[in-house]
Amino acid sequence: MKTRKKLLPFLSLVLIFAFVISACAAPAAAPAPGAEAPAAAEPTEAPAAEASVTEAEMAPGMGGSAIGFLYVGPCDDYGYNQAACAGADAVGTAFPDMEILEAENVPENQEAERVMETMIRQGAKIIFPTSYGHLDPALEVAKRHPDVVFLHQGGQKTAENLGTYFGTIWETVYLSGVAAGHMSETGKLGYIVAFPIPQVLLNINAFTLGARSVNPDATTTVVFTASWCDPGQQAEAVNSLVAQDVDVITQHQDCTKTIIETAERAGVMSVGYHADASTLAPEGWITGSMWDWSELYAKIVASVEDGTWAGGPYSGNYRTGVSEGSVKLAPFGKNVPQAVQDEIAALQAQLLSGEFFPFEGPIVDQNGVEQIAAGVRLSVGELESTNYLIEGVVGTIPQ
Amino acid sequence: MLEAILAGAIRSGTSVLFACLGETVSERAGIVNLGTEGSMLGGALAAFAATAYTGNPYAGVLAGAAAGAIFALLHAWLVVTRNANQLVSGLVVMILAQGVTAFFGRTFVDKQIVGLNTQPIPFLSDIPFVGPILFQHDILTYLAVPLAIALWYGFYRTKWGLVLRAVGERDDVAYASGYNPDRVRYAAVTLGGALAGIGGAQLSVAYTLNWVEEMTQGRGLVAVALVIFAAWSPLRAILGCYLFGGATALQLALQAQGIPISPFFLSMVPYLLTLFVLLLVAQKQRYAMPEGLRAVFEGKGNYSTQNR
Repeated sequence: MKTRKKLLPFLSLVLIFAFVISACAAPAAAPAPGAEAPAAAEPTEAPAAEASVTEAEMAPGMGGSAIGFLYVGPCDDYGYNQAACAGADAVGTAFPDMEILEAENVPENQEAERVMETMIRQGAKIIFPTSYGHLDPALEVAKRHPDVVFLHQGGQKTAENLGTYFGTIWETVYLSGVAAGHMSETGKLGYIVAFPIPQVLLNINAFTLGARSVNPDATTTVVFTASWCDPGQQAEAVNSLVAQDVDVITQHQDCTKTIIETAERAGVMSVGYHADASTLAPEGWITGSMWDWSELYAKIVASVEDGTWAGGPYSGNYRTGVSEGSVKLAPFGKNVPQAVQDEIAALQAQLLSGEFFPFEGPIVDQNGVEQIAAGVRLSVGELESTNYLIEGVVGTIPQ
Repeated sequence: MLEAILAGAIRSGTSVLFACLGETVSERAGIVNLGTEGSMLGGALAAFAATAYTGNPYAGVLAGAAAGAIFALLHAWLVVTRNANQLVSGLVVMILAQGVTAFFGRTFVDKQIVGLNTQPIPFLSDIPFVGPILFQHDILTYLAVPLAIALWYGFYRTKWGLVLRAVGERDDVAYASGYNPDRVRYAAVTLGGALAGIGGAQLSVAYTLNWVEEMTQGRGLVAVALVIFAAWSPLRAILGCYLFGGATALQLALQAQGIPISPFFLSMVPYLLTLFVLLLVAQKQRYAMPEGLRAVFEGKGNYSTQNR
């Protein structure tokens, strides 16, 4: 009885302790981005020194002591954010005098505004909000700080001091589709996606076009998970595709690790997206599309720093692709035959020279309606508003 | 097709079943724990982290159970000792767990682990149809149904089960019989949290082999709803949870078949189904509700202590 009596006070003590710890951890957890920025911030160079330089005549974005980067997820997600973080590292190397402020897991709401304001207070005059949903918060902050330049990844709205940039990743998605068409034995490919936004539909179409260019009977089965990252759903989506004899699986999700690992365990092949994940699937990895922002980020920062940003290409909706190396094909897996690798290299060269354009008409949609007339090459902007799935795609766009 | 859906039902339903069984134990003692979601999340992260450090997924499962128990203990302290509103406290624990796991989970996002692999049971797994559905899973999945049966036995065939139910029904009776109801509640809520933690562990180290922020995606809350559907019976919980798992697997399988139904409608199906059966059975279920829960659901928010 005695020991029992002592147990409760002891438990309460442990609990109080645990509570205090978690209470301390919680606020730190919520604004982790904010908390991390100062942590990353090594000795803040006195902004006063910079400020003394004649700043009256400076163009927006010039004269900052830091560059800020916001990510919607963590930097090592084998995905979208990892690619953006790598770009930030490259900017740090290219501009050693600049402090690189990074904030991960920044939600796409007013929290993002707060993070940007903090970065500006820390001396940032150039800010990269890298997630699609960071656009509106960035536009708000841009209004309040006309002297700061914002560079948004993937958006289509601009402002006096806010430009956007993005890569035409469907080029490499097409090429990886060609590889998938060659590698698939069943001719059934699977595409696990989240929501039917134009970028996603465009990628599905590109992948299918690529596969059907080498195997006219190939089909792509689309599965929507209604979440950018729900590993449980992803694993089950892979399983249900495998049950339908799909033997190559690709995805347009924010986190890609579960899908690639589950596919590998199920003995099917995978095509990556966002970043090189070949180490996750030593047997089944075919190739993938990945971002390489290092050069573009550095070019944009350079243009801001020398005052040529305003009125230049980067102050509008800038789009680039394989031609500038912002979008790359990931290394091929060990089981992809050399002949296939060579064919894709040749195709990539034709794509670069403009001799070849994947979306050259005629393109027919699922219902047999001609969406792009024969011989027509749409502009990037027109392609970015794709709202149909092409012939050969199994699955429907939710209305 | 049917085989794939049923196997998928078991894969998707197992983590929910563990959480659901845990919540059944807790509610049998008269405590509703919405923090089950938090215990699952904590369990998922702790299991993944421990597996990543030690390389041993079984150590991971233990860590998951411990983490789940810790979040549940916090809930128990708030509602038993501090007599807080159970629903509010549960939600607070859930949100706290989301923050804590997001914070500490940062470094584990890119880790690769060797988890609890699928272990087909010799001979049984070769039976056509039944084999792939029932006998080609990981060890935790095999344990889930026996655990439910053991809990049923515990509830209705052992003295401790009687004490537990007495606390949930009329705690003054338990008190008069010489048992401290609060200690029973602490034990039940903690055990419930540990089971939810194991459910989370199943998700992270057996099913997906990954840790992702908020990876439970509401499965813990579904588990709480399914306890009501199951009328606080561990055996019916098996049915409820695998029905939920089946709906999840079904919607993905229908999409993989290319059947033209809106995937967003389909992804609502598991939740709609849960709501629908709740609606159907909730009225009938009232007789089965432990007395002690009435106060929680009917306004007061905490159990009654006026008899002591």
